[in-house]
Amino acid sequence: MKKTLGYKVNIFLFLLPALFLFVAVLIAPIAMSFYYSLQNWNGLKTPEFIGFQNYVELFTSGSIKFTWALKNALLLALFSTIIQLPFALWLALKLAKGIRGERAFLSIYFMPVLISTVVIGQLWLKIYNPDYGVLNVALRALGLESWCQIWLGDRKIALGAAFVPILWQYVGYHMLLMYAGVKGVPPELREAGMLDGCTDGQLNRYIVIPYIKPILRVSVIFAVTGSLKSFDLIYVLTNGGPVHATEVPSTLMISLLFKRNRYGMGSTIAVMLILLCFFFAIVINAVFRKEKVV
Amino acid sequence: MSTISETKQVGRARTAGNKITPSKVLIYFILILWALICLFPVYWMLTFSLKDNAEIFGANVIGLPNNWLWSNYTEALKTGRMDLYFLNSFIVAVATILITLIASAMATYAMTRLVWKGRETMNKFFMLGLTIPIHAAIVPLYVVLGKTHLLNSYTALVIPYSAFSLAMGILICTGFMGDIPYDLDEAAFLDGCGVWGIFGRVIVPLMVPAVATVGIYTFLQCWNELMFATIFNSKEAYKTLPVGVQGLFGQYQTKWGPVGAALTIATVPTLLVYVFLSKRIQDSFIAGAVKG
Repeated sequence: MKKTLGYKVNIFLFLLPALFLFVAVLIAPIAMSFYYSLQNWNGLKTPEFIGFQNYVELFTSGSIKFTWALKNALLLALFSTIIQLPFALWLALKLAKGIRGERAFLSIYFMPVLISTVVIGQLWLKIYNPDYGVLNVALRALGLESWCQIWLGDRKIALGAAFVPILWQYVGYHMLLMYAGVKGVPPELREAGMLDGCTDGQLNRYIVIPYIKPILRVSVIFAVTGSLKSFDLIYVLTNGGPVHATEVPSTLMISLLFKRNRYGMGSTIAVMLILLCFFFAIVINAVFRKEKVV
Repeated sequence: MSTISETKQVGRARTAGNKITPSKVLIYFILILWALICLFPVYWMLTFSLKDNAEIFGANVIGLPNNWLWSNYTEALKTGRMDLYFLNSFIVAVATILITLIASAMATYAMTRLVWKGRETMNKFFMLGLTIPIHAAIVPLYVVLGKTHLLNSYTALVIPYSAFSLAMGILICTGFMGDIPYDLDEAAFLDGCGVWGIFGRVIVPLMVPAVATVGIYTFLQCWNELMFATIFNSKEAYKTLPVGVQGLFGQYQTKWGPVGAALTIATVPTLLVYVFLSKRIQDSFIAGAVKG
């Protein structure tokens, strides 16, 4: 039965729905995005081929603000790696040790990941509201009137204020991955360490953390590529404002596309984002591989 | 995945009977504080969805409502059109889940149970979908959907959502299908079943647990998706919850109660699913990350 033409046709038929969706929605659009990125095109007139001019303009033009947006995204990636991930790891290590209420803590910490980013964004908008928001109300109640701010409206602090909910929402996600990793450490390894007189801290430092390195690598890659791609919360909280203070590449892409009808330039940003995500994934993989040898 | 419960015993046994130390108190303090920080926005949303402005803006900022103002909910549903957005989100989610399930179960069957050259390469090809950002598809999809007059329709969201859920669907199905004994295929073959018969009568009935996992994961992805939804479906009649809620905010700048009710309506299905299936949801997220 295996060699017949009918068998091959059947294989193809089984693959057909998935292949069609995958090629039509993911693969072909990548090629099309690259093609558009080489055009000067407003979506209506005939596109004009301009080579890599969009890419040059993206990095040199002061009015596009791409380098600024990219800097913001990289800053988010940095905060995510040095604040969010270590905190998630700390939570994972403490929970995985088997404390009372372990499941409850785990489920509560993971909950924000599942709630729609629009809902989270709307709630934080209200928390940050300068007049009635919980944050300023609490500060006033504590007599810290001078600490009150127009959190998302002040150019100097809007970026930091917009980062807080993003970092907050995904702590639980990284914690869950790391927790699963810590739980996967073979008990023999732990016991061997304990027999050698390791303290909890030493166990974590020399046995658990090296063991879960593959998961830490995944977390770092997700944190960095997720920061580069970040859109939802920034879009809801500030949409890149005030005056571009919180602009990230995705919000910039959307406003170029749908406010200024620059389809070519929007596609250029999309292509840059894909390239940057792959670039950082490769670099992070390389860094972790090198660490292993040392 | 199963290691979570297996090793739990060991950890418990080790720490049981320890004394209360200052460092332990501090650890619990931080754990509980963080739990409160995670819960607070949801608690606050639930309470202010039942309050009037006077309470929200001063008299009773974070307490339980004094008057339970259920009219906020009727206002969100009727004036705010949350009933329509909810229905749209529901239709899109159900259609996406169905298509994702059918396409990924069929493809997984072809790549794991049928023998042919290149099936592993094909699997790797599909796994690319775990890393491709949706940004890649925005402009081309917008152009094509515009040309085919499919903007502002359920199709405009269902097709992209299904395609982007596919990699995860195949990943989960591969795990589950690997657990089905090959003897069953052979027995069915000897009974005269063809590949379609084996798929329909043997594999599909045994894939029910995978259906739940893929279904939940896909549901969460498309229920909350904002970027495609906001760009492809901007007409009132086809707005999904995230887009609808976003619009509501502009409409109710100064009246927070109905907005809170709308946010709650959008969130409750997710929370309900989570309460009943938290372990399964967590496992599906772990599975996706370990492979990707």
